[in-house]
Amino acid sequence: MSFFSSENLEKAQVLIGLYPEKRSALIPLCHLAQGQHGHLSNEAMEQIAELLDIQPAEVLGTASFYDMLHTEEVGKYLVGVCTNVACMLGGGIELLEHASDVLGVPIGGTTEDGMFTLEEVECVAHCDKAPCAQVNYRYFGPLANGDFDQLVDDLRNDRLSESVPPHGVLSQVFRDAPAMVPLEIIHRERRAMDDEKKARLAALNKDAGGNQ
Amino acid sequence: MSTKIVTARVGVPESFLLSTYLGHGGYSALRKALSMTPEDVHAEVMASGMLGRGGAGFEAGRKWSMLKQDPIRYLVVNGDESEPSTFKDHLLVENDPHQLIEGTLITAYAIGATRAFIYLRGEFALGLERVQTAINEAYAYGAIGANIFGSGFSIDLVLQPGAGAYICGEETALIESLEGKRGFPRIKPPYFPAVIGLYGAPTIVNNVETMSNVPWIITNGGKAFAALGKGRSTGTRLFALSGDVVKPGNYELEMTSKTFRELIYDPDLGGGLRDGRSVKAVIPGGVSAPWIGPDNLDLPLGQDEVAQAGSMLGSGSIIVLDDHSCAVRAVWRITKFFSRESCGQCTPCREGSGWIEKIMHRIELGSGTESDLDLLLDVCDNIAPGLTWPPQQTTICVLGPSIPSSVVSGIKMFRDEFMVHIKEEGCPFVH
Repeated sequence: MSFFSSENLEKAQVLIGLYPEKRSALIPLCHLAQGQHGHLSNEAMEQIAELLDIQPAEVLGTASFYDMLHTEEVGKYLVGVCTNVACMLGGGIELLEHASDVLGVPIGGTTEDGMFTLEEVECVAHCDKAPCAQVNYRYFGPLANGDFDQLVDDLRNDRLSESVPPHGVLSQVFRDAPAMVPLEIIHRERRAMDDEKKARLAALNKDAGGNQ
Repeated sequence: MSTKIVTARVGVPESFLLSTYLGHGGYSALRKALSMTPEDVHAEVMASGMLGRGGAGFEAGRKWSMLKQDPIRYLVVNGDESEPSTFKDHLLVENDPHQLIEGTLITAYAIGATRAFIYLRGEFALGLERVQTAINEAYAYGAIGANIFGSGFSIDLVLQPGAGAYICGEETALIESLEGKRGFPRIKPPYFPAVIGLYGAPTIVNNVETMSNVPWIITNGGKAFAALGKGRSTGTRLFALSGDVVKPGNYELEMTSKTFRELIYDPDLGGGLRDGRSVKAVIPGGVSAPWIGPDNLDLPLGQDEVAQAGSMLGSGSIIVLDDHSCAVRAVWRITKFFSRESCGQCTPCREGSGWIEKIMHRIELGSGTESDLDLLLDVCDNIAPGLTWPPQQTTICVLGPSIPSSVVSGIKMFRDEFMVHIKEEGCPFVH
């Protein structure tokens, strides 16, 4: 049984083909799997391992390092409130407390209806809009408490479904470029470039020597 | 009107599309570069004197010169922008992805890269979409791929998403991540990926803003770039201003042309502080940098000028704290960040960051003691012996030695405020 849908399996093969070494596709494949399933299931990690010729434990070992890769189920919307220093100065810590009250979950918790998982995130580079939050990695800010309530209401009522894709969908744009230039061709080109460069430098040195 | 290099198209409608970019002369620098020899392209960047825009401030052209000339070598663009309060690359990847791509391709040609990668922070979902769309467009246009513009030069460019880890901004951790591993910085030596980098091959790692400057340098010449700024600080820089100012945002300024005071108070720039408050402290260059006080606001925004004052220009971010903001709380939050983001390989950083965060938290909450201040400095001293600037290193990478900066600055500049927290058993500021 394949975890990846046939469409995603094709995408996975394209991604793997982008690298001189397969394992480099590990993080992109994890994002692809989350896009399909919301989080990284064991089945997903097993198939990623198979595709990359490594052990499932190595996929887990890598995935567990990264905040964006979730090996356990999370809500439809990952709400991340930033409390790092610029947002803190703008009231980020208080916004996070408010978010926790409004959603009725502690930090890291998921609402009973499976709609929201609340996270406290580190600086997400949106500091001119402090305090800010991200929902499935789409940015919102500056957010007063009322703005946050409105955001939650919009999300609950599907009013932002166009701008905020489902959890796990990191990018809605896929590489559609033609096949990669075969490495043999690149290597041949580079050898020629290096040889030409050496010849030019040698000629320069010779000229310099002749002028002395 | 000061020169705008990297933000020339910010604010232009659909600035991220190929058609807009071409309308502004886009990809003519790549055409020009491909008609030059790689060493002449490199020479222009050398002549520009451009310092890397990532944070360390190492001269980009010199970095390229250090690249070991093995047959296989790589170019990796560092777009893992995560230094707190740094949001300049975020702006560039969303607004002008083609400029970044063009600079990357020119660099790849100059250094003879086998393949080029743009590693972009995973949280930049829109940025990833914009850059991938731009890459797709550039392939279709013939600017990437086989035999670019009929020059005989071919290269592929790959966009790599990160997955949420501050440490992956460290170049060897970024390379590990790009190899599909945990983002553990590599043990040094070798000190530079230019010797051993991606897949063990020599690799140049350059920042997004650095790459975004390259097309302008090729079009206008390294000399024109070097004519901007002063001393080692050539060209312009994107300053990311945040905190207690009226108009936080990214401001591209000729280097050394403005002082901290001007950036903060100029009505066209920061617009001053909210509610007419006054500056208490400024954190320049990211939270890894020592703070500067109100007495240093007349420092020009230049690499060496800020270094001479005992701090760093770093990533170009500038956080302003006003007199109603709590320094203890700010230090605590910064140490919490380091504690969360320490990769865990080295004991001084892994353990030290956690202890410092806990002590800072109890002081902020009102259960600290006076001896905690000495304890904090002692733990800091175990991470970066001597508490010098730049710091001594006991760890594989510079994350650990960056932790003491805010703690030492806070205690040195605001000891009274720490003592009020301790004596009054709580934070005197209203949050």
